[in-house]
Order: sequence, then structure tokens, then C-alpha cells
Amino acid sequence: MVDQPDIHNDDWNGVVDNPWRRLRQFTAARIGLGRSGISLPTKEMLEFQLAHAQARDAVHTPLDFSELTQQLETLAEQYPLLSDEPPLKLHSEAVDRMTYLQRPDLGRRLDEASRVLLQQEQQTPEQPFDLALVIADGLSATAIAHNAVPFIQALCEELQDDKQAWKFAPITLVEQGRVAIGDDVGELLNAKTVLVLIGERPGLSSPDSLGLYLTWAPVRGLTDARRNCISNVRPEGLNFSEAAHKAGYLLRESRRLQLSGVQLKDRSGSLTGPADSLSESTAQAATIDHQPDFPDEHTTIKPASSPAAETKNFLLG
Amino acid sequence: MHKAYRYSLGSKTYEFRNLADLMARATPARSGDRLAGVIARSAEERAVAQMALAEVPLKNFLNEVLIPYEQDEVTRLIIDEHDALAFAPISHFTVGDFRNWLLSDLASSDMLASIRNGITPEMAAAVSKIMRNQDLILVAQKCRVITAFRSTIGLPKRLATRLQPNHPTDDMNGIAASILDGLLYGSGDAVIGINPATDNVAQATRLMKLMDEVIRKYEIPTQSCVLTHVTNTLECIEQGAPVDLVFQSIGGTEATNSSFGFNLATLAEAEQAALSLQRGTVGNNVMYFETGQGSALSANAHHGLDQQTCETRAYAVARKFNPLLVNTVVGFIGPEYLFDGKEIIRAGLEDHFCAKLLGLPMGCDVCYTNHAEADQNDMDNLLTLLGAAGCSFVMGIPGSDDIMLNYQTTSFHDALYARRVLGLGPSPEFEAWLEKMQIMSNAAGACLNDALPPAFAASLKTLPAGNSASEVSNG
Repeated sequence: MVDQPDIHNDDWNGVVDNPWRRLRQFTAARIGLGRSGISLPTKEMLEFQLAHAQARDAVHTPLDFSELTQQLETLAEQYPLLSDEPPLKLHSEAVDRMTYLQRPDLGRRLDEASRVLLQQEQQTPEQPFDLALVIADGLSATAIAHNAVPFIQALCEELQDDKQAWKFAPITLVEQGRVAIGDDVGELLNAKTVLVLIGERPGLSSPDSLGLYLTWAPVRGLTDARRNCISNVRPEGLNFSEAAHKAGYLLRESRRLQLSGVQLKDRSGSLTGPADSLSESTAQAATIDHQPDFPDEHTTIKPASSPAAETKNFLLG
Repeated sequence: MHKAYRYSLGSKTYEFRNLADLMARATPARSGDRLAGVIARSAEERAVAQMALAEVPLKNFLNEVLIPYEQDEVTRLIIDEHDALAFAPISHFTVGDFRNWLLSDLASSDMLASIRNGITPEMAAAVSKIMRNQDLILVAQKCRVITAFRSTIGLPKRLATRLQPNHPTDDMNGIAASILDGLLYGSGDAVIGINPATDNVAQATRLMKLMDEVIRKYEIPTQSCVLTHVTNTLECIEQGAPVDLVFQSIGGTEATNSSFGFNLATLAEAEQAALSLQRGTVGNNVMYFETGQGSALSANAHHGLDQQTCETRAYAVARKFNPLLVNTVVGFIGPEYLFDGKEIIRAGLEDHFCAKLLGLPMGCDVCYTNHAEADQNDMDNLLTLLGAAGCSFVMGIPGSDDIMLNYQTTSFHDALYARRVLGLGPSPEFEAWLEKMQIMSNAAGACLNDALPPAFAASLKTLPAGNSASEVSNG
């Protein structure tokens, strides 16, 4: 016997709630949403739309480069480690967002005006820069706006007391850039190492994830096997000081061993659980769609994860 | 040397370098072909290429291979496995005739099944390029491909779902929570399949054991799969893990598959190993393949072919190994391959049509990423179209949002929608189970019961203390 619900009753809202909604303590997945008939309830449907809208905005809102420049200049006054030259604004060969999304090859190369500008800043081969920081909008300007400056600050804290000093190149800001654009920048500046800060492909629950890509001896045409990646840098993910600690470790090791990529192992891991092997570290690049060189199939995707618990499962009683 | 193809339009003559070039220019527009530089240079050139392609005899596809026989084991597979007897009834057709015949009443379900081994992937791709969306739906709907393991996939008026309970850290209770949610929404008859966050043999085994225990405890007529590399699954089998299905992502060229780390011999070995376990009850199809347009270009292994033709060649690989399930992860790779909802919808229908024509149990991961020009409305459209086309299965995931892979696919609710509006039921074994467990009162009508089913209510009583329902729902 099924009681017919009374639609005139104030308590009736057309939604069948799921008693197992409390299982959300175990997962961020959208379980236990309830239903209106067989469909999503209004509240859940609109919440999804909001999350999607935020992710879309992260992809399509242009980065405010003048605001970012101002923040970086303020930061440079605070940290002598940073170059006292103002940040340089560059552009890839992808002329606009629509081109950028369809032509990753163009997003990997600097346009001619940017190349000319960098050649003027170039160091002599005898006195190269130690490190070029490249900030690229990537697929999430939100990630850069929220997280680039606090990360660089944390990185300055991490590196400023190193015995072997770091000679920073002027910071470069790249519009419509993909990861490999760092190779062009590093090569033209004559920098030993390049560290690219880039907005990652946004997920519904992470529209502002910052990715870091390190390359020793950058030149145009390197493959991803030569890069090291630190992913998901944001307060809700890998926080700034942990990310800076990892980056500092990789930078020092890269400088000591004079290499980067699959041969450079990240053993900094004390802060974030078990040390990643380097192959994992580079494989993480495949989670980010700046890297269409990777076969981006389900099987190749390995976000950072902790070992699974061995505890008895509730479904098995 | 391969001959060029020419077509005159008024005083203008269009020339296409060879069959591969002609096929690429004839393809409906998409970003991946633009990226590869093989796309038609104008809308007129595309239309002309389609007219020229329509005049190509099907026999040409047997004589003019797109990637040399000596260079590519997928080409060798296509040519060596071609069934001349099955091809005979259509051997005198051009591509244009083939379309007419497929749409005609002569091409019954039985007739289509009888010629499928005479059709090469390139023939299927070619004819799809001169078909409209409704043609792709109409013909696919006539193709019957039925496979089975513990449930039967592909029967008429059925739409199965893969329950995909992914979790970013493979937390066992997190995964179980999503499995329970899916089962209580009638999802999971195609497979309960997990993309592992940590991808190695030990982790795959842990996940396989969890699913195996759940399936046995609740006597669910379904199968499990951990979507790990085929060589990992082989190792799992050697170590005695409870493997139902072997998974692998596949592509349409040898070089693509090498970049995925396997070849045809690996798949043959894996199929034999899984068959030896004899874990199926109503059938013995043990393989699960995923495909998707763009993977060959992404691996720099496309030999100048357009991405849809490469994709279709992957179906030759799939059908060699008698899969239970194949699906195209249509919008996953990103907008540099399929830019927007229009391109994703077209690609999904092409992939489904070509695979069904070639005899595969084709499903679709109806999906998109946040940097593609697509949204839930596009997914609703494609899901509805695929349901009408007789798609074997779609994904089922909590609230459409995969929190591990960071993309959006069809939800448990979406599958119920498709079943109800199109009058489709789950697989028959699963339908009976849903009613026996009191999850649904009428599974064919997608009618869920309001009360928590007794067997699962008992499991929930053992839960550790946590947030109450009201606290969470207000959060």
C-alpha cells in the first residue's frame, strides 16, 4: 500500500530524499541526491549548474594582467631575490581563446613580438639566469588570480636563504599559453631552469587548480619526459608552503644534477605523505589537458592519491 | 602508387591526393582534423569530397589500404580477417549505393548481421561520412549485437549502464558509497567499472576483491572491471585475483596501440587468460575496450588519416577479441579534438553507428570537459539520440560529476530518464534482480520504490557514526 502524497501539504516538495545521503561522509561524489520522480531535484540541479558555470568562467575569464603585475611588483619590493625589473607581458601564437582551445600547438609557441622582447632581456651565456618564472593563464585564469602570487611568495621564503644564491630572470606573464611555452621563454632568456605556473583544466569542484612544471635547460621542442610536474596547488589541495617546499627541492636537485624530467626523483615527500616516484610525478601531467601530447585516455590518468584504506567495508557488513 | 581522386564541379576540378585524403576532406568539420591539417579547406570542398566519396566502389577499400600492410598490424588484421563471402552481397556497391542499401528495407537486422564480417572499418567510416545524423540512428537501430557474461547486453528495447564509482584516492568506503547509490538507482547491469586513482597491480586487486564480494553478497547479475592496463590485469589473473573483464584503451593504428603499451598478441593472451577463469554465467565475452576520436593524433600516430577513420579502425581491433562491451569516451579528450556539443554529438553517433555495423556491442561515455563548448543540454541531446539508436550502454555516475577524472558524464538519473522516455529496460537478468531486491517495483518502467530495500537497509545499520542525513542535506 502506498499512501498518495498530499500536494497541498506544506511539507510536500516533490522530492524523494535518499536515506543513504549520510554516506557522503565517505566521498565528495554527488551521491544521495534524491529525486523528483526519476529526475534531479531542483536544488541539486541548480548546484551542478553553478559549479559548471564557475568552471566555465575559470576557462573563459581573461586574466587581469595589470592587477597581477602590480601584485608582483609589490612582492619584489618585499623579496630582493626577485628581479627588480617589472614583469614582462608576452603572448603565444594563439591569437584568442577560441584558437587557444582548438590549437594547442599554437599555445606552445611565443609570438614574434614576444620573442623580440625577450631577446632584449637575454643574459650572456657566461652569466645565465638560474631561474625563470613563467606565469601562463592556461585553462584557468582563476587559478592564476588566486594562487600564483601567494605561491611565488612561499617560493621566495623557501629559496631566499640558500647558500648558493638564485639569480632570477624577470618574471614573464604569458597570455594564451600552454606548458611548453616555458621552453621558448627559458631558451630566449638564457635561463638554466624554467618553472611554469599555469592554470589547470578545471574540474567541477576545483576551478582554481594551479600546476607547476619545471624544466632544466629549456629549449623549444622538448617533450614532457623532460618536465617535472607539481599539480593541484591551491589552499584546498596542495597548499602554498608544501608546494614551495616540493618545488624548492626539485629546483635544488635539478641544479645539482643538471637535469629534469623522468631522471629527477622527487624525494621531498615528508610533507605530503609517501614520496612520489618521478614517473608518477610526470604522469600527473596527463591529468592536465595542456598536454595533449599525452594519450589522455582513462588509463593514463593518475592524480595524486593516498593508499587506500584496508578497513572492512560497510556494504559487506 | 595510389591514384588521385578527382571531381569536377562546373569548370572547377577538385583533386584529392588519395583515398585517405578524400575521406578526410569528406568528414564533417571537427577541431581535431583542423589541428592535424587534414580538414576540408572550404565547405564546398567538403561537400564535393562527399560526392566523390559516394562514387568510390567498396572494392577499392580492399585494394587501397590507408596505412601500408607491411607497416601496421591493424591494417594486416583488417585485410587478413576480411570475409569475402559475407562481402559478396554488397561487393558491387559504391559508397553511395551502400548508404541507400543500408537505409532500405532490404537491410534487415538479420541481413546486416550476415554481412558484417565483409565490411571493413574504412567502408563503415566512408559511408558514415555521407550520412546524416538520422541515417546513423536509423541504421544503427537495426544492427543487433548481443553479448553476455552474467548479464545480457544489447537485446532490443534495453539500455544497460556502467556503474562508475570512481574516487580520487580509491577510498574503499567512498567507492562502496557510490556503488550503493548506483544500485539503488538501477544502475550497473553492463559492468561495475572503476578507474583506479592509484594504478598498479596491488591496488587493482584490492578493488577487484571489493567488487567481487559485493557482487557475490547481493547476488548481482553483473560483472566487475578495474580499468587498468591489460598487462596489469594479466598479472592480477596470474596472482589469482577475481577478474571478470579485461580492460584496455585501444586505437586504430599499431603505433597508437604501441603508445598505449600493448599489441594484438597481448590482447589475445589476455582474452585467453580471462576465458580460462570461466567466471561468466550466461555468456563468455570477457573483454572491455574503450576508444575515442583523437587518441591517434594525440599519440602522433595517425598517419595523416582523419580522426574518425582512425577511430573506426580501432573497431577491427575490438571485434577480433569478442568483447562484452566497447564504448567511445566521446568528449573526454578535449576541445582540440571535438570542440563543442555539435561535434561531440556527431562523433558519438558516428562511432556508435560504425561499431554496430561492424558487429560490436557499442556503448558511449556521453561526456565533456569544462573547457569544451558543451553542457548538460548537449549531453541530454546525445543521450536521447543514442537511446533511439539502440546504444548498448551508457555510463552511470553520481550526479554526472566524476570527481576523480574531472569530467562530466551521464548520471544514474540520466539513465532512468532515457529508459523511461524511450521505453527501455535494463538487461533482463538485472531487471529481475532489481525487482527481487525491491529496488524497483517495475524495472521496465523505471519505477523506483520509495522505501529503502531491506537488504541494503541492513548494511546501512552497520555504518560508523557520522553526519546525520539532515545535517548533510543542509550543508
